[in-house]
Amino acid sequence: MNDKKIKVRMQDAKERVKNFNEVELGYNDEEALQEASRCLNCKIPKCVEGCPVNIMIPNFIKAVKEGNLKEAYDIISESSSLPAVCGRVCPQEKQCESKCVKGIKGESISIGSLERYVADQAILNGFSSTKQIGKNGFKVAIVGSGPAGLTCAGDLAKNGFDVTIYEVLHKAGGVLTYGIPEFRLPKRIVQKEVDSLKALGVDIKTDVPIGNAITLNDLQEEYDAVFVGTGAGLPKFMNIPGEDGNEVFSANEILTRINLMGAYKDDAKTPIKKVKVAYVIGGGNVAMDAVRSLKRLGIEAHLMYRRGIDELPARKVEVEHAKEEGIIFDLLRNPKFIITDEKNSVVGMQVVKMTLGEPGADGRRNVIEEEGSEYFVGCDMVVMALGTSPNHEALKQSPIVLTEKGLIEVEGTKTSLDNVYAGGDAVTGAATVILAMEAGKKAAKEIIDRLIKKN
Amino acid sequence: MYKVLYNKKISENSYEMLVEAPLVVKNALPGQFVIVMPREDGERIPLTIYDYDKEKGLLYLIYQVVGASTEELSMVTDEVFSVAGPLGNPNEICANPEEFKDKRIVYVAGGVGIAPVYPQVKYLHDHGFKVDVIYGARNVDLLLIRDKIEAVANKMMYVTDDGSFGDKGFVTTVLEQHINDYDICVSIGPVIMMKNVCDLTKKFNLHTIVSMNPLMVDGSGMCGACRCEVEGKPKFACIHGPEFDGHKINFNLALKRMNIYKQEEKEKWDQMKAKLSKEE
Repeated sequence: MNDKKIKVRMQDAKERVKNFNEVELGYNDEEALQEASRCLNCKIPKCVEGCPVNIMIPNFIKAVKEGNLKEAYDIISESSSLPAVCGRVCPQEKQCESKCVKGIKGESISIGSLERYVADQAILNGFSSTKQIGKNGFKVAIVGSGPAGLTCAGDLAKNGFDVTIYEVLHKAGGVLTYGIPEFRLPKRIVQKEVDSLKALGVDIKTDVPIGNAITLNDLQEEYDAVFVGTGAGLPKFMNIPGEDGNEVFSANEILTRINLMGAYKDDAKTPIKKVKVAYVIGGGNVAMDAVRSLKRLGIEAHLMYRRGIDELPARKVEVEHAKEEGIIFDLLRNPKFIITDEKNSVVGMQVVKMTLGEPGADGRRNVIEEEGSEYFVGCDMVVMALGTSPNHEALKQSPIVLTEKGLIEVEGTKTSLDNVYAGGDAVTGAATVILAMEAGKKAAKEIIDRLIKKN
Repeated sequence: MYKVLYNKKISENSYEMLVEAPLVVKNALPGQFVIVMPREDGERIPLTIYDYDKEKGLLYLIYQVVGASTEELSMVTDEVFSVAGPLGNPNEICANPEEFKDKRIVYVAGGVGIAPVYPQVKYLHDHGFKVDVIYGARNVDLLLIRDKIEAVANKMMYVTDDGSFGDKGFVTTVLEQHINDYDICVSIGPVIMMKNVCDLTKKFNLHTIVSMNPLMVDGSGMCGACRCEVEGKPKFACIHGPEFDGHKINFNLALKRMNIYKQEEKEKWDQMKAKLSKEE
C-alpha cells in the first residue's frame, strides 16, 4: 500500500476550466506527513544527484516527518532560492523523483509536492532563511530578473555582495511572471520570492532596457561582476503563408497579455481576443500553458503537434491536466498555411497529416508529411508555440562572443568578457526554470570564488 | 513611480506630458521610444520620445487620446507607474550624422507625427544640418508645437486639408512640388499618410525612412505583436525598428494589423466613458 504516492488534491477539471486559480491544491499537514513517512531516507540518496541544485532531499523530508517545518525550510533554502516555485514547476519526474529507489517497485516519493508543502508553510508562517554574512564591499549587476537572475542574486546577497538587478519589464520575475500561468504558479508566490530577495537587500530596478539605457560595457565598468540572464528571446514563427493574419499570435504574446497584464480579468485594461476556436501549434510546456489559458477564456482550444503523444516535450502531468480540461489534441498534424479574409482575419488553416519516421541525429523521431492528406479546419485564432531565437538587445555595442546559434558562449558560466557571467536560456536556448536556477547558482559560486577567494 | 511635472492639453485630443525619468533620457537618441503605464493595472502604451533634457533628467512626451488607456494617461496629474526606455533603435541619420553630411534631407510629418520628428530635426540642427520640414494636419488647430519646430527647421512648409493654414491639400501635394530638392525623406505620421508619401517617393526614387507604430506589449522583442512585413519578411518594430526603409514596408498589411483589437478597444473605451459620465 505504501508503494503508491499520496495523491495531491486538485481543483475539479470542470470547475477549473472556468477560472485561473491554481490547479493543484497541495498537501495538507496529514497528507504531507503520510507522504514523508514513505521516504526510506537512503544512506546514498540518489534523489539528491537528480536535483540540479542538489537539495538535501532526505534531510528535509525527515524534518517534515518529525514536524520540524522550519528546519525543513532551512535545509531546502541552503540549496534553492525559489522553493515555492520549484515545488510547482520543476519536472521532478525527470529529475529527483526519477532516481528515487521507491520508484523501482512502486511509485517514487512525491518530492516536488513535499517541497511545495514546506515552501507554502514557510510563507504562511513567515519563516525566513536569511542567513546572511556581513557586506564584503563588492557590487554585482544582474541583467534580467528571471529564475537565473533571481537565484544568482539570492546566493550573492547571502554572501555579502551588493546586488542590483536590472529588468526591462515593469515587474520582476521574468518567465515566472509573464510566462507561466497563474493556474500553475500563482503570482503571489512569485512576489513572495521576489520580496524575500529584497529583504536580503537586493535592489531591483525595473523598466531598464540594458543595451539602450545602460550598456553592458557601462555595467562592466561600474560593477565588480555582471551576470547576464536575459532569457530565451524572440518567438519563432513557421514562415508559412497567412502567418501575418490578425489573429496569429506567438504563445509569448498570449501568455504575456494574460499573465503579466492580467487580460483574463474583466476589468483589465489590456485586451485579449475571445474567439471561438483556437489552435496552438507546438508541444512544449509553453504550448500547453497557452492552450490551457485559452480554454479558460471559454475558447474551444486545440493543440496541434507534428509528432505523437509520446513525443510531446511537455511535462506528462501538464499533458494529463490538459486532457482532463478538455483540450483537443490534434497530433501528427502540421499547418501548411493559414487562410485569412479581406480584413486579414483568420478563418482557417490548411493542415497536413504527418507520419513518424526513424530517429534523427538528435534522437527525436523524424516526421514526414503524408502525401495527399491535406485538409481544411475552420478556426479564428492560431498561436505559435515553437520556441525562441536569441535576443541580443541587452548585448548591443558589446563585443561579447556568441556561439554559432547566437547564444552567449561560456566556459562554466564565464563569458568572453572580463567579469561577465551568463546563464539560463540566454546560454542554453529555451530550457526549464530549474536549469536556469542551476546556472544562476553556478555563476554566483564562480563570482564568489573569483572575487573573494582570489583576493 | 515617476513624477509628472505637467500633463496638459495642447489641442482637441493631444496632450503634452513632462515626466522625471533620468535613466530613460540619459542615453536616449531621437527615433527611440518609451513604454508608459499610467497605473499599475494599466496598459503598456508605446509613445515616441518628443524631447528630453539630459541634465535635468526630464522626458517630454506628446500623445493623442485614441482609446481608454490614453484617456487614462490624460487624467494623470502627479505620477505615472512605469516609464521604460529608451526602446528601439535611434534614427539612422541621427545615429551617424557624419555619413549624411552632404545629403539634402526633408522631414514629412502628419498630425502628432511632429512629436517624433521634432527631436530629430533639433538634433540635426545642432549638428549643423539644414533640414526642411513639411508638416500637415486636418486644420490649423491640429498643428502642434509650431514655435519649437520653426526654431530648428531650415524651412517650414505647412499644409492643411481645409487650407486654414499654409497650403491647402496634403503633405504629398507639397512634397511632390519640391521632391527633386532632396536626397532623403523621413516621414512620420498616420500609417496611411506614410504609405501615400512612400507611394510618391518610390516613383521619384527618393529614399524614405518611416517610423512604424504597430500594437506592442512588452516592447523588448519578447511577444512579436509588433511584427511588420519588411521586404516580405516579418520584422519586430520594437527591436528591429521602429524606423524602416519605407519602400520595403507592406503598408496595406500594417493598416489591417492596426485593427486587431479594434473592437475590444472600443468596448473598453465606451465602458470607461460611461463610467466617467456617471461619476460626473
